[in-house]
Amino acid sequence: MTFKTLKALALATATGGTVAFGSAAHAVEIEYWQYFFDARVTAMEQLIENFETANPDITVTMTHFPYADYRTKVAAAIPAGEGPDVVQLFYGWLNDYVQADLIQPLPAETFPASQIDTDFFPMVQAMKDGDQYWALPTAVRSLALFYNERLLDEAGVEPPTTLDELMAAAEAMTKVDGAGNITQVGVTAGMTAQDHHWWREGLIRQMGGEPYTNDYQTVNYNNEAGLKALEFYAGMFQRENPVTAIGFMDEPQAAFKAGRAGMHIDGSFRIGSLADIRGLKWGVTELPATADGQRSNYSSYWVNAITTKAEGEKYDAAVKFMQYITSDEAMQIWLDVVGELPAKPSVGMTEANANDPIFGPFIRGLEYANTTKFADESGQRQLMVEMVERMTLEGMSAADSLAIAAEAEQKLLDGYFAAN
Amino acid sequence: MKLYRDLTIHQKQIVWAWTFLALPVLFYGVIRFYPTGNAILISFQDWNLLGDRTWTGFDNYSTLFADPVFWKVFKNTFVYLLLGTPISLVISFVIAYHLDKTRFLHGFLRMLYFLPFMTSAVAMAWVWRWFYQPVPIGLFNNALASVGIPQINFLNSTTNALPAILAPAVWAGLGFQIIIFMAGLRAIPRSYYEAARIDGVSTWSILWEITLPLLKPTIVFLVVFSSIGFLRIFDHVFNMTTNNPGGPLNATKPLVLMIYQTAFSSFDMGYAAAQTVVLFVVLLVVSLLQLRLLRDR
Repeated sequence: MTFKTLKALALATATGGTVAFGSAAHAVEIEYWQYFFDARVTAMEQLIENFETANPDITVTMTHFPYADYRTKVAAAIPAGEGPDVVQLFYGWLNDYVQADLIQPLPAETFPASQIDTDFFPMVQAMKDGDQYWALPTAVRSLALFYNERLLDEAGVEPPTTLDELMAAAEAMTKVDGAGNITQVGVTAGMTAQDHHWWREGLIRQMGGEPYTNDYQTVNYNNEAGLKALEFYAGMFQRENPVTAIGFMDEPQAAFKAGRAGMHIDGSFRIGSLADIRGLKWGVTELPATADGQRSNYSSYWVNAITTKAEGEKYDAAVKFMQYITSDEAMQIWLDVVGELPAKPSVGMTEANANDPIFGPFIRGLEYANTTKFADESGQRQLMVEMVERMTLEGMSAADSLAIAAEAEQKLLDGYFAAN
Repeated sequence: MKLYRDLTIHQKQIVWAWTFLALPVLFYGVIRFYPTGNAILISFQDWNLLGDRTWTGFDNYSTLFADPVFWKVFKNTFVYLLLGTPISLVISFVIAYHLDKTRFLHGFLRMLYFLPFMTSAVAMAWVWRWFYQPVPIGLFNNALASVGIPQINFLNSTTNALPAILAPAVWAGLGFQIIIFMAGLRAIPRSYYEAARIDGVSTWSILWEITLPLLKPTIVFLVVFSSIGFLRIFDHVFNMTTNNPGGPLNATKPLVLMIYQTAFSSFDMGYAAAQTVVLFVVLLVVSLLQLRLLRDR
């Protein structure tokens, strides 16, 4: 018996007061697993403490281990009847977890689909199957445009709100040396970072397209909208006076941190690591819109789900715990501690949160965000990387390279969905 | 007990030998051969680490042989081998040969050559990765730019990237090969050299007729050892191209990196196991061929 359990028992006994002694011994212990990330663990500890105070007869034990081992451990433990009752997983893994019978759907009585549809930001519906939800997030992430205030001032430009303004601002902030080598980029670029999300769910939709159809099983960007999106993207580094270079300073975020990039598109999870950089004055604004005001964003998230191991009273306790960690209170705690965005407009769109100078642009972006259902995120990202490489290193035209990428991604998706 | 007493001395020796051998046999069985057998089994299955394993026959292999990326990777692996092994052996032999003759600061020089071998490959790969960056952070390109020479795309190029990654890998392995060569050189009896000098044989002839033939066992060992090393190259490539592993456009991807990606980012264990089996066969064939070719007749 762990110290936590003892403490919970003591607490249960104390708060139980008049309740018969026997009920304290009835304490249910459930296990919660997540991967190790300092702030997430701290936030979860706080949530567990609050939950245990409200539910003295339930104890939650959290286990965490390095991200690299996460999948294998979960896969080995649950079928063996060990491991978590409530588990955290990346939204993109949901299909694998469902297929492998590792998680069970959330009970419709407590988590009615219609209620969740209206309560949560729309992209959470990727977790829905028919009229049941498999899993729910506490927090979500989206993209926004980071800008270096000092470089913006120096060039005398304002944070851009449209794609045209983005290009103009980037042009004003780009610096080259005598030989024409870029020494400072106006905006960072690189499909290896977050740009592939921006391209897929941002630019393609803004150009009037839809990147995938048939529930993300069919590639749908080998068309005019996809080509326009790719041409806009490649236009940043394949023009007469490029405003960026692929691989500049090795990694886009490194260039931005070093103050050598005027603007940088990245996720809300970057906020924490930028906050501590000395001498870097930065701000955030929403992803630029098209000239006619069309906006689109990408959102990803980690979700919590009840595993197939949870049965009987543990199941009931797990349901209660799920209810708490998807509550407004939990989301506010998660935002304050981890810096990840609330998954419900009721928390996100509060006056204070939606107008927060840093979180605001990300939270407002959630309203028009889409979530890509990946079959193999790194594999699909790789195809976007290669699409650009064929253009920059082999001189292929955008249209040809786009067609190859679309075909390769369709093949990857077909292979995945045929196996599952 | 009676059974044991009835055995002959020779049989008793065998019993004891096997008793002592039991531990390593068990160890090899459980830690080496069982996983190897299991990997071969998985290569005929479809498995994503989470669900059930299903039999797919030779599907993984036919997908593999029809995959252009696999052939590209296969070629890269052999380029690493065919460039890396001879280059590193020649350089390390030249250094060892001259170092062997040097008395001044001998120990210190030997330490300098050996140091990279003891350094973490990951740290070294990252330092070289930054050396290779374009202006404004890359050491090499900054130097070129400061004297007005156009930049060279080291890593962001389909032709330069592989040699650029191979160079630090060769450099890192030199220390070990130099030490082995020097040990081999020391083992050659002085009297052969003295006899050759009395007969007035040229330095070149001494090298060709005495030193190299007598170093053959050392050379065989190093060729096999470094070939296996280059066929399994991974850390340098992975760390120098983490954002785009094996890129650009698979120009630097070796087989081991492809296996790693298939297994642990696509979670396609069956396909990865099939690639492992292919790598195993390649390593086996290459090692046997080399042993046969370089064996004493």
